[in-house]
Amino acid sequence: MRSILAVLLENEAGALSRVVGLFAQRNYNIESLTVAPTEDSTLSRLTLTTSGDQQTITQIMKQLDKLVEVVRVVDLCEGEHVERELLLIKVRAEGAARAEIKRSADIFRGQIVDVTAQTYTIQLVGPSDKLDAFICAIDDSGVNATILEVARSGVSGVGRGDQVLAL
Amino acid sequence: MTEMLSGGDMLIRALQDEGVEYIFGYPGGSALHIYDAIFRQQKIEHILVRHEQAATHMADGYARSTGDPGVVLVTSGPGATNAITGIATAYMDSIPMVVISGQVPSDLIGTDAFQETDMVGISRPVVKHSFMVRDASEIPAVVKKAFHIATTGRPGPVVIDVPKDTTDPSATYAYEYPSTVAMRSYNPAFEGDSQQVNRAIEALLAAKRPVFYVGGGVIQADAEDALRALVRAANVPVTSTLMGLGAYPGSDPQSLGMLGMHGTYEANMAMHETDLIFALGARFDDRVTNNPDKFSPKATIVHLDVDSASVDKIICSDIALVGDAGWALNALWDAYQARDAERDAGAKEKQQQDMAQWWEQINQWRSAHGLNHNMQPAAGQSILPQLAIQTLYRVTKGDAFVTSDVGQHQMFAAQYYHFDEPRRWINSGGLGTMGFGLPSAMGVQMGNPESVVACVTGEGSFMMNMQELSTCLQYGLPIKIINLNNQALGMVKQWQDMQYGGRHSQSTYSDSLPDFKTLVEAFGHVGIRVSDAMELDAAMEAAFSEENKNRLVFVDVWVDPHEHVYPMAIKGGAMNDMILSKTQEASS
Repeated sequence: MRSILAVLLENEAGALSRVVGLFAQRNYNIESLTVAPTEDSTLSRLTLTTSGDQQTITQIMKQLDKLVEVVRVVDLCEGEHVERELLLIKVRAEGAARAEIKRSADIFRGQIVDVTAQTYTIQLVGPSDKLDAFICAIDDSGVNATILEVARSGVSGVGRGDQVLAL
Repeated sequence: MTEMLSGGDMLIRALQDEGVEYIFGYPGGSALHIYDAIFRQQKIEHILVRHEQAATHMADGYARSTGDPGVVLVTSGPGATNAITGIATAYMDSIPMVVISGQVPSDLIGTDAFQETDMVGISRPVVKHSFMVRDASEIPAVVKKAFHIATTGRPGPVVIDVPKDTTDPSATYAYEYPSTVAMRSYNPAFEGDSQQVNRAIEALLAAKRPVFYVGGGVIQADAEDALRALVRAANVPVTSTLMGLGAYPGSDPQSLGMLGMHGTYEANMAMHETDLIFALGARFDDRVTNNPDKFSPKATIVHLDVDSASVDKIICSDIALVGDAGWALNALWDAYQARDAERDAGAKEKQQQDMAQWWEQINQWRSAHGLNHNMQPAAGQSILPQLAIQTLYRVTKGDAFVTSDVGQHQMFAAQYYHFDEPRRWINSGGLGTMGFGLPSAMGVQMGNPESVVACVTGEGSFMMNMQELSTCLQYGLPIKIINLNNQALGMVKQWQDMQYGGRHSQSTYSDSLPDFKTLVEAFGHVGIRVSDAMELDAAMEAAFSEENKNRLVFVDVWVDPHEHVYPMAIKGGAMNDMILSKTQEASS
């Protein structure tokens, strides 16, 4: 089972290392991790994706909650939520491949944000599986498009509707 | 008028304001401003150890026996790393402790400076929390928070790393010790859900074969009175973890003794056959449950713990009670009395019959394979370690503080010394730290100067921290050390006997042991050696005699080196799968 855990954390030196250390120490996996300050400069918001059975996820949340600098933890997957990830992908785009890659990017509503004679850099935002699908589409396009570099931001998310994670 | 103090003085003043009696520590470069502040005051006594690990174990023994947090002060680098084993020991057993480590000056951090180590980083997995002082003005608030975190909720060690520049005597600050702590991210639950309390009591009144499984949490919360009242009123059997011994009186007939890997036959059988487990301040450690998949197949499980992460971690509970054990046991006791008063005579009688049957079963187990608490010495025979503990128990009238190290002697002490009061049995349960016994006994003696303190150890464990004999002389600590000398790492050897075809890989050293009697005499203490069972009594009496009241006495008891600890859980089995002796097994 995949979970997206959103964590409000005191914006203090060393707080992030406690979260990351907890996962290593207790043998939990982290699939992606993203962290940045919130509108309240004393708080950081950390989003991490992990997987495990229900008991493991519950245990992860309890262990996170025990960390003194963790203010709140929720599993966004417990309810309706919006999740987004940003992908920047640099592709070798020459000859016939150039047009094909552009078409694929349009289909996925990606934007070409940097261009050279040989490459495109495409930006794409969406749920992680859409990003996976786009990478597959480029890989399998059959027009000799070589992926040069992939940079993904990791998942961010919020609950739908009136659900708010704040103090 | 507000006083102007340097960072170093503020640190020590804050400890005074926190009510600290003793600091256990060892000086070094990065901590010297702090040590100078200690020199210029009288309220707190600093105890100078011979190795920083011992300082942490002393603070730990002090904390376990008094309930007050232990305080440690070490320098940066090796001072800090030497403290880690003791911090981890306290962490695993949830012991309140504040460890202050000197650090290189802020502008040198990260430069691989002399005696620099990332203490916050190294200690991170074994502390409840840690602080790095960024600015001297933070010191009073940081100390306040550290003590608050260490002593509330599930207690644990807290590290304060103090860069040398923040204790500089040339810069002063207005000192004020905060009276309260407000931390939005730290609010441990004290009171739990009273509905769950009622459900637990309903389950207890409906059970035919209930058992209470009591852990260190009950001792931490000083909840023994309510526990004892409830246990006696409900006539339930009580078994205890290694950490929980003494919460319920060990010599009471309702006590089944310790459970688990080396628990008593009757305790483990009761845990397997029960229909209701009240787990109170215990965490279903692997040394208790054996194979969790085969654990107590018929039981409804009530689990009380102050740490919600302990609940449903290993064994899923049916009724979870998250909160302080003191709150919970008082609430359970109140609910029991209220509910019991409402019951009709028929229901009460029915339950009494059920309990009588359950006790009959337990007493059968007890008489079949219970521990023999009445061993007698026989002429010409070597001393059995169990007999040594029984002799210690008799000579100290069951009233000593007993610390132990780790291994066979620890299990024998837990099995054969009945602890009737909490905080009397002091040992490293979770981490299993050899070398804990002597320094923790020193901390116990500091915290309880009028009490008899015995350290049950083995020659292997003792040699891990024996340098502290020097500290004992310096501070006049009259500890009685009972060394069960089997000339081997006994528990390792036992496993090698049982699981490795008797191949004693690196577990024996009989031809290179020191003469312990002469050794302790060289440290200025009293040494006694005994190897004849018929002389054991006299040796033990001499150790605890009036003549030696103010002396440290080391009794080197040469015990039968072939003895194993039984019962022993059969690996991968249920709780009723036990090896009972070298020739006997019990299995489901």
